[in-house]
Amino acid sequence: MPARIGVYALWIVTTLFTLFPIYWMILVSARSRVELFDSPTLIQTSFYVQNYIKPLTNPTFQRYLVNSLIIASSNAALVAFLALTATYALSRWRLRGSDSIFFWTITNRMAPPAAFMLPLFLLFTRVIKIGAWSLFDTRIGLILLYCVFNLPFAIWLLKGIIDGIPTELDEAAEVDGASIATVLWKVIVPLAAPGIAITAVLSWVFAWNEYLFAATLTSVRARTVTTGLAEFVTVTGTNWGEMAAISVVSLLPALIFLALVQRYIVMGLTFGAVKG
Amino acid sequence: MKSSRIGWGLLAPTLFILAITGLLPFLYVIYIGFFDWNVFSAKVGMVFRGGNNYRRLVFDKDFLSSLATTLVFAGWAVTSQFVLGYFLAKTLSRNFPGKAFFRTIHALPLMIAPIAVGATWRLLTIPGFGPVPFDLDKWFHVTYNIGRFGSHALLTIILMDIWHWTPFVTLTLLAGLSSLPVEPFESAVVDGANRRQVFWYITIPGMMPVILTTFFIRMMDALRIVDEVWMLTGGGPGSATRVVGIHIWRIVFPKTDYGYGSAMSLLTLYFTIVLSWLVYTAIAARRRQSVQ
Repeated sequence: MPARIGVYALWIVTTLFTLFPIYWMILVSARSRVELFDSPTLIQTSFYVQNYIKPLTNPTFQRYLVNSLIIASSNAALVAFLALTATYALSRWRLRGSDSIFFWTITNRMAPPAAFMLPLFLLFTRVIKIGAWSLFDTRIGLILLYCVFNLPFAIWLLKGIIDGIPTELDEAAEVDGASIATVLWKVIVPLAAPGIAITAVLSWVFAWNEYLFAATLTSVRARTVTTGLAEFVTVTGTNWGEMAAISVVSLLPALIFLALVQRYIVMGLTFGAVKG
Repeated sequence: MKSSRIGWGLLAPTLFILAITGLLPFLYVIYIGFFDWNVFSAKVGMVFRGGNNYRRLVFDKDFLSSLATTLVFAGWAVTSQFVLGYFLAKTLSRNFPGKAFFRTIHALPLMIAPIAVGATWRLLTIPGFGPVPFDLDKWFHVTYNIGRFGSHALLTIILMDIWHWTPFVTLTLLAGLSSLPVEPFESAVVDGANRRQVFWYITIPGMMPVILTTFFIRMMDALRIVDEVWMLTGGGPGSATRVVGIHIWRIVFPKTDYGYGSAMSLLTLYFTIVLSWLVYTAIAARRRQSVQ
C-alpha cells in the first residue's frame, strides 16, 4: 500500500510539473496587455479573446497557417510515398551500397543545424534557379527539405514492416499479371498501412513544428506558423498575449495526433530501433 | 529474379531528393570549411586557406567555452532525464488505475514545437513578469533572475530540457523494460539476490541496447539544441547559455564568417560523433564486465 501511495505521489507531482507551463501559456493567452503588466497571478477569471481573434483574422497570419498546413500535409504524403517505394526496393532487391547511403543520412541528423543554413540558403537562392524563380521562399522548397529529416526514420520503420510481408504474396499477384504499381497498391499498402500512417503523422508533426529552416529559407510568401511565432518578438517589445495564443493554436493539431499515435511516438523518435 | 533496374528505379526518387537537399549541402560545408570567406571582410570572395580555419578553432576561446557550456548542459540534462525516466518507467511497467492518463499527459511536451517550448518557459521565468521569479521572491524571498545570473539561466535551460525530453526517455525505457524476459528475474530471486543486485546484474544488462540507443539519441539532440535555448535566453546573459548551436548561428549569420562557421560546424559534428562513440564504448565495456 505505501508503495502505491508513493507511485501516485510521484505521478501527481510529475503531472503538475508537466502541465504547469502549458497552463501558464493558456493563461497568458487569456490576458490583455494591461493585465500582463500586473503581477502574475495564477488564477484568471476573464478571457481576453482578442489575443486569438487578432492574429486569426489577420490575412498575413492566415497565410502562415495555410502554408504550414500545406507544407506539413504535402511533406507527410511525399515522405509516405518515397518511403514506401524506397523500402519496397530495399526489401525485395539486393541493391549494393544502400546501407552506407542510409547510414550517412543518420549523420545529417547529428550535425548542428546552423551548419546547413548557408549551403541550403545558397542552394535555394542561387543554384536552383530558373530565371527569376528560385526555391527560396517557396513551399515546395521546404517540402523537399523536410524529407531529409523525415525519410531516414520512415525508411527504418517501414523496412521492418515490409520485410515482414512474405514475398509469396508479391509473386502470387505478379503471376496473376499485376504490375509493380498494382502489387504495391493492392498488396503492400493494405498490410503496411499502420506503419505508413505512423510515418505520415510523425512527419506531419515534425514539419508543422519546424522553425530554424523555415525561418531561414522563407521570407514573405511561404512563411509558416512557427516562424510567425518568433515574429512576435520585436524590437519594440513582445506581444506575449498574442504569442501565447498562437502557441496554443499551433499546439492543437499536435495534440490531436498525440491522442491517435501515442504508442508509436517513441518508435518514431528512436528510428524504430526499440521494439515496443 | 526481377531486374534490378526496377529496384533502382523505385529507389531513385528518394535518392535524388536526398542527394540534392542533404548530400550537396553537406559536401558544400566541407568545401567552404577550407576557405576564408566573409562577406563583410576587406578581401573579396573566397580565399583558399587550407586547414587554417581548423587551426583557428583549436585556439578559439569563445568556441571552446561554448562547447564546454554545451557539455555541461547536455551532461546534466541527459543524466537527470535518465534517472527520472527510469523511475517513471518502472512505475509504468506495473498496472495501476489512471496509468494511461498519466502516461498521456507526461508525453505532451514531446509534441510541442521546440520554439514554443522555449517561448513557454520564457513566459514562466522572465524576470518581472513570470510567475516563477515572482512567487519565489514573494513566498520564499529567493532571488531568481535568468537575465542577470548565468547560473540561473543555465539551470533553467537544463530544467526546460528535462521537461521537454524526459517523456521520451520514460517511454523508451518502458518499452525496454516491457520486453525483458521474466526467467532471469525469477531465477535471481530464487538464488537470493537482493534488489540492488537484480538491478545491476540483470535489469541493466538486459536493457543495454535500449539504454544505449536512447542515450545516443538524447546526447546527439542535446548537443545540437538551438530553438529552445534561443527563445528562452538568447544565449545570455552574456554568453552563459551560448551553446554551440547558437554560437555557430551567430558566426554564420550576423557575422557572415561563412568559412569559419562551416569549419566550426564540421568540427562540432566530428566531436559529437567521437563523444557518442566514446560513451557508447564505455557503457558497453562495463556491461561486458558485469555480465558474469
